[in-house]
Amino acid sequence: MPHDPPAVDDILAAVTDRFGPLETTAFRGQTSLVVPEPQSFDLLSHLKEQGFDLLVDVTCVDYLEYRGAKQRYGLVYLLASTTTNQRLTVRVFVDDPEPRVRSVVPLWRAADWLEREVWDLFGITFAGHPDLRRLVMPEEFTAHPLRKDYPLQGRGERHNFPVITRDHS
Amino acid sequence: MALNMPGRQAMPGKIELPENVVVSKLDELANWCRKNSLWPMPFATACCGIELMATGAAKHDLARFGAEVFRFSPRQCDLMIVAGRVVMKMLPVLQRIWQQMHEPKWCISMGACASTGGVFDTYAVVQGIDRFIPVDMYVPGCPPRPEQLIQAIIDLQDKIQREGTITGREFDTSQRQLRKRALVEADQLLVLDAARNPVAQRELSAAAHHST
Repeated sequence: MPHDPPAVDDILAAVTDRFGPLETTAFRGQTSLVVPEPQSFDLLSHLKEQGFDLLVDVTCVDYLEYRGAKQRYGLVYLLASTTTNQRLTVRVFVDDPEPRVRSVVPLWRAADWLEREVWDLFGITFAGHPDLRRLVMPEEFTAHPLRKDYPLQGRGERHNFPVITRDHS
Repeated sequence: MALNMPGRQAMPGKIELPENVVVSKLDELANWCRKNSLWPMPFATACCGIELMATGAAKHDLARFGAEVFRFSPRQCDLMIVAGRVVMKMLPVLQRIWQQMHEPKWCISMGACASTGGVFDTYAVVQGIDRFIPVDMYVPGCPPRPEQLIQAIIDLQDKIQREGTITGREFDTSQRQLRKRALVEADQLLVLDAARNPVAQRELSAAAHHST
């Protein structure tokens, strides 16, 4: 390879120069950094310019009643670079009552369905998403079922269908 | 025709039949035709569907029982085999396919998930298809072996032969029209769910408090 790719430490140093000190963790060669919600889009945009051209996943964790959690929802962006084979995890925390984060669809088209799924199951609003509809649950569903305060057996949705007897069919 | 066959004496007042004629009721003839040419509609959504395929394949050979012609159009089928769990997003599809099938038609609920929801006692999974469509035969198992499904088809054939009518009057009996016990209990299910779920319990008590 003619040029060595910039090490993750160099990328993190450049990020710190631009966005100030951020909380980072490293575990077995996997680097994760936490960014405040107002800066998330700018930081992800910057990381894309640094070569993280692949958005592997957008997902979410509900930290309701979790020990030591300061904010309720932790969004997880898994980034990868197809040229340097580096990976980076970006985490953004948002909180009730209106969890909201800026959409990254303008950066990665892959974010379209991923953000729709997170909105469907966790109720996180992605500002600027072109088509924020439910992805996996039925359209008429009203709850966000992967939230920890949603009952496992649901709120009667699964019983709420017309009954077809032999008369009707 | 040979009316003077050996062993058959013409009796006064009776019609004599040659040996190759069988007298029966039209209903029984129709039942005999129907039960031996069941055309299954495979509604396979999970691992039960694999057993369903094995049932139709060479080793177990459903063709021995005249039910091997799987068709993927409900218009050509008269036996729906629901094999696997049905989620609430799928249930309207299941109901529509059931309604698109021609009479007379029957339904086999194959496996624990289709019959009761199985281990998937969650918000998204229908807890037994018999709450929302009629079911004629249930197959236990998780998943059932092909022998069990074949037994269910044989039992269904017996049922068709025993009680079928050419106009489908057996479907009009009051017993077939009764709300199933599971449906009667469905009204209590929210309360049952709440008994196991503190969050739903709080919501129910809050709703009760609100209404009073």
